[in-house]
Amino acid sequence: MPPRVDINKCNGCEGREESFCEQACPGNLMAVNQETERAFCRSNRDCWDCMSCTKACPMNAIETRVPYQLGYHKATLKPFMGKNQITWKCVDIHGNKKTYKYKNRI
Amino acid sequence: MSYIEAGRAISSMPKTVEEIETVTVDTDVLVIGAGNAGCFVAVEMKKIDPSMTVTYLEKADIYRSGACSAGMDAINTYIPEGKTPEDLVRWSRAQVGGGPLREDLCLSNAEELNEAVDDLERWGLPILRDDKGKIRYRGKWDISIHGEQLKPIMAEKAVENGIVYNRIVGTGLLMDGERCTGAMGFGVRDGKFYIFRAKATICATGGAGTLYKSYTMDGTDSGSQIWMCPYCVGSGYSMGFRQGAELTSLEQRWVATRTKDYCGPVDTISVGYKAPIINCKDEKIMQSRYAHLGGDAAPRYIRANAPMNEWLEGRGPTYCDTRSMDEETVSKMMVDYLNERPSFVLFLASRGQDVTVDPIEIYGSDPYILGGHTMGGYWVDIDRMTTIEGLFAAGETAGGNPNKFVGGCAAEGKLAARGALKYIQKNNIELAEPHQEQVNAEKERVFGPLLRGDDFDGVTPLEMRERLQRLMDEYAGGTTQFYRTNEERLDYAIKHIKILQDQFKYLKAVDLHDLMHANETMDRVDVAEAVCHHLKARKETRWEGWQTRSDYPDRDDENFDCFIETVRNPKTGEVKSFCRPYEQIVDGDRYKD
Repeated sequence: MPPRVDINKCNGCEGREESFCEQACPGNLMAVNQETERAFCRSNRDCWDCMSCTKACPMNAIETRVPYQLGYHKATLKPFMGKNQITWKCVDIHGNKKTYKYKNRI
Repeated sequence: MSYIEAGRAISSMPKTVEEIETVTVDTDVLVIGAGNAGCFVAVEMKKIDPSMTVTYLEKADIYRSGACSAGMDAINTYIPEGKTPEDLVRWSRAQVGGGPLREDLCLSNAEELNEAVDDLERWGLPILRDDKGKIRYRGKWDISIHGEQLKPIMAEKAVENGIVYNRIVGTGLLMDGERCTGAMGFGVRDGKFYIFRAKATICATGGAGTLYKSYTMDGTDSGSQIWMCPYCVGSGYSMGFRQGAELTSLEQRWVATRTKDYCGPVDTISVGYKAPIINCKDEKIMQSRYAHLGGDAAPRYIRANAPMNEWLEGRGPTYCDTRSMDEETVSKMMVDYLNERPSFVLFLASRGQDVTVDPIEIYGSDPYILGGHTMGGYWVDIDRMTTIEGLFAAGETAGGNPNKFVGGCAAEGKLAARGALKYIQKNNIELAEPHQEQVNAEKERVFGPLLRGDDFDGVTPLEMRERLQRLMDEYAGGTTQFYRTNEERLDYAIKHIKILQDQFKYLKAVDLHDLMHANETMDRVDVAEAVCHHLKARKETRWEGWQTRSDYPDRDDENFDCFIETVRNPKTGEVKSFCRPYEQIVDGDRYKD
């Protein structure tokens, strides 16, 4: 049930020809609703959970969720893209928090 | 050079084929698929002949497309000091149980390998090194990377050196008699039909996932948590197969041991962190039951199949035993996962699992066709030209040469670029005029599902895909069958695949995204047909798990120490299978590295 779009944070990347998530998704699954101007996923079942959309969103409006059939409610993993580094913040279903930060480019 | 942005999807769909605009693009070299292998083509071509133009036909967006889109945590082959390309061939040969394999291809690839990986590092990929600056090996041949940015790094170089058309779905080859003169496809955003005319065409579309049903597919939201990128469906194989190209070794399917329920990497833990594979009784199965086959160093198919055999014999669940890891090691392992399959870290969090208390559960994946891991793909010559003149294959699409992985696929992109240039120059190849009849037929075939009218009582791409996936799972050796099949089941599968092919005319798509699914499903069915014929022709069991025949449980060197090939007659649709001999080029014991 992979990407969940927070419609209060998403602005549909207004002004851009393609939204960042629409551009990134390797499965062509992300699109912007022309009426609401918010991003959505065309088909949750086809999502690979690669998190490309989540990384690409400049508004941090997308969260990747594990389908409930596979993992329990609710854990979060959020990437924050820096210059040549990435920070991940993870919270498990018991509320335990972990942060990982490392270089992703030389 | 240039990156051509796809834009938003058009909302008004054409009603007739006449309404669909056709765009013609001319180039020296066309690359179908701007992935791991493809990206290296433009870079190499600019180096050896800057006058040549390389154009990409990319189904997604080059910066995050294909199997590397989520990132990578290791490069599985990089020749260490003191070892030679021949040593790598010996290792690769032993990994596939002594072959057969194409040692000529392996060797030429191994000679290019390190340079291609060095390129990646020069372009910005962090390769982990020790305090003395030496590359850190996690196994015999594989090195650790922080590869979250692997795909964008490769993509930048391809964009610098080539012209990239994004969101174009490649559907068919352009043919001039027996020669490939480019390819055709459609824009999944702009709805236009594209004709790419090229002097040489390199097929680098990746392997085929999603031919088989995944065991996590609940008919709900969890259908794509699989090993292979689910958007790589084998279109590259099918477009050649339909034109009569020879395919090799598709019966050697890739089945990997993966973390259960979420298909995360296992080598990361078992090789990278030496966490032993255990069964429900805490028995270290590689050391106990597979010691005679090499234990942890047993050929890859044996390691892949071992946990599933435990399940089959009643000793599941199976695990990678992470319970003795300290906190620092666990943290390093999590970073590896974040680099390759980040959502697996989320999965563990969603199970509330502390891996030092509860070990990581493992299970077999669904089977895939992958010429970069196992060796199913096009039969190619040393220049990487397929049996169709003018059509080259690189990476997962090129068969006969397993264990290429990231570095080897990159090297193969370079080799295919050189092969394509040599072919163009040697034969003074010019662009060919497309045959209108052929173009019209392809346009009608490809757009058909969109043009059947709102009232048409047809079949959705998803329905047909799921019918195929269940058929392949149950009859052609999927996960639920512990990868086993037999003659009668394969005959059944082939019979039903023929019915599906006849039912393509009922496929119905509602928009361009759906039309992509319809075309992908037709491609899946055609590749599945080839897979079944390959499995049927190998009447022995050579690579248990990858290829298991329950009616022929033993290896039969007398009859099958050879390659299985298939060709489909483009006119009649008849599939013929035959053998090609294996040739040992690198000396030594075939079964040892």
